[in-house]
Amino acid sequence: MSTPTTSFGREAAAALARSKNEPAWLVAWREEAGELASKLDLPKPEKMPIQRWTLDQYGTHRPGNAVTAAAELPAAINELLLAEEQGALIVQHNSSVVFTRLSEDLKAKGVVLTSLEEAARTHEKLVRDHLMTAFAKDEHKLAAVHAALWNGGVFLYVPRNVDIEFPIQALMFADDAEATFMPHILIVADTNSRVSFVEQAATLIEGESATLLHNSAVEVFAKAGAHVRYAAVHHMDDVVIDVSYRRATLENDARVEWIVGELHDGNTLTDTKSILKGNGSTSDTKIISIGTGSQRMSLTTQAVHFGKSSESDMVTRAVMKEEATAIINGITKIEHGATKANGQQTEKVLMLSPKARGDANPILLIDEDDVKAGHAASVGQVNEEQLYYLMSRGISRGEAERLIIHGFLDPVVSEIPLAGLREQLHRILERKLG
Amino acid sequence: MSTQFEIRGLKSQIEGKEILKGIDLKIQGGEIHAIMGPNGTGKSTLASALMGHPKYEVTEGEVTLNGEDVLEMGVDERARAGLFLGMQYPSEITGVTNADFLRSAINARRGEGNEISLIKFVRQMEGKMKELEMNPEFMHRYLNEGFSGGEKKRNEILQMMMLDPKIVVLDEIDSGLDIDALKIVAAGVNAMRSPERGFLIITHYQRLLNYVKPDFVHVMMQGRIVKSGGPELAERLEAEGYDWVKEELGIVDETVGQA
Repeated sequence: MSTPTTSFGREAAAALARSKNEPAWLVAWREEAGELASKLDLPKPEKMPIQRWTLDQYGTHRPGNAVTAAAELPAAINELLLAEEQGALIVQHNSSVVFTRLSEDLKAKGVVLTSLEEAARTHEKLVRDHLMTAFAKDEHKLAAVHAALWNGGVFLYVPRNVDIEFPIQALMFADDAEATFMPHILIVADTNSRVSFVEQAATLIEGESATLLHNSAVEVFAKAGAHVRYAAVHHMDDVVIDVSYRRATLENDARVEWIVGELHDGNTLTDTKSILKGNGSTSDTKIISIGTGSQRMSLTTQAVHFGKSSESDMVTRAVMKEEATAIINGITKIEHGATKANGQQTEKVLMLSPKARGDANPILLIDEDDVKAGHAASVGQVNEEQLYYLMSRGISRGEAERLIIHGFLDPVVSEIPLAGLREQLHRILERKLG
Repeated sequence: MSTQFEIRGLKSQIEGKEILKGIDLKIQGGEIHAIMGPNGTGKSTLASALMGHPKYEVTEGEVTLNGEDVLEMGVDERARAGLFLGMQYPSEITGVTNADFLRSAINARRGEGNEISLIKFVRQMEGKMKELEMNPEFMHRYLNEGFSGGEKKRNEILQMMMLDPKIVVLDEIDSGLDIDALKIVAAGVNAMRSPERGFLIITHYQRLLNYVKPDFVHVMMQGRIVKSGGPELAERLEAEGYDWVKEELGIVDETVGQA
């Protein structure tokens, strides 16, 4: 069992950073975060009492086993890799990054792909200028804990005008319930660059009673005209708590696409937010989720518009089985001065059992007159008329339900532009929907 | 054996209100029966009760298809036994493409291990869609989603053609169709006429019957078949309306179960 670190604070954070031989600036930065962690309160997501979750088990530093090829990874992890062999890859195992692959061609173009720990030494300025500026370490206790303890992690820098053809993959996995497993992924996409990034979080700790806290964060900085497509698929074991804060900051004419499969088996708290600072910037967010067992999920999408003519679209579709609960929040905020902005959002929940719960909360906060904004939300069960119609053609009830449930998610899944990821999602959906 | 479909003394209610008050009808393979009648007389209820819609409770009577008890079967079993209902208001189903849906329906009949090959299925579907002058795009569109009224009806006929049923019930398949679409739908029905297959066409217009010649015409009022005849009955109804039938039978209000 990991030690409950209730005494966690300034000294503990600094001591850990020093023991990992982190640069002085980062030790001081961790110290500050540790201080905040001991003072700040937990966030208060809508209708989700997360204070009952065991969020105070931070684990201990357990570096993973370095490998020299992806084939040396555990088979169950290796098979998660998408078929795009040509692409770059980075793998975190428990508390550290154990494998990085980047083609000579991309290196020559100035692309950087390393663990964030490494980048804190080798690319200090870039890291310091961006790290936890979109997701502030004083936002709440979970942010401060993450800042104090993040480990391994990913730093991706795509230079100006560089277009990376194949998606870059990150595999974050844990098989030690006592490890600190808190990756931070930092992506800086410079002017007019293009990149697709696919992150998967998985664990191999079935059957253990311990709670592993995956307290992770993603920050994407899309500079002027940059296009970043960020896909995340989380499917960890039910003893794991998934806390994932995702933030993107967009400059003029930048575009960010979030494609997220919240397919984790345990309690989940995620918040995916685009901050549209630049004029003409656009953000597209697609989230699918399946809740099973007695898991609790709080899934939030946000778009904040500062830039003129900025556009955002957010879609969340969730299927809740058994006794699962999902609270789905969508927040579109249009700041004063963001004229001609357009913010749209849709949240839909399909409940498959009388004990499943779903709640969709669309919120529009508009401080500018010359804008467009819209929302749609629905929570419901499988439609009996639709079942009757399918069955009237000879399709059994079970198969008809399967078609309707998969169909409910299809408008999101079918639009995922990466074929390998689409197939991966189909496999996980089949497993989770049974 | 030629198809035999028999309805005997069928009574059905919805939310406690009796709508069908005893229907008797025998349809043999090769025959086309038309059921006509004003709105609210129980025609669509008959169609839904035969298919097994969960809201319609059958309280009395028997329905058999080639000797098999239809009322004992679930909705999907009725369909697999050979019953087809072309619906007045087909459901829209997001995320399920027309092609995936039809292939599932065909495979449900063929059973596991005997699934239709994708290429054969696509060829068949394309061919039938062409006959019905449907845009090939509709193959990969979500089922009935964003289809116009006429496109939905054509899609019902497409399903009928693909599923090759023994007894076809068409519930107001002609409503909302312009004359060109009506002709295409009628041609589809005529192409399916066979000694193995019986039809029950429910309509309140004679219009469709100009293109699909019925062998028998029945008039429904107050939840019963009140008059039966040949094609000439439909023509007289078209020319003179229903008032003469009501007078002849002493019916004042022909509707049933209306509030």
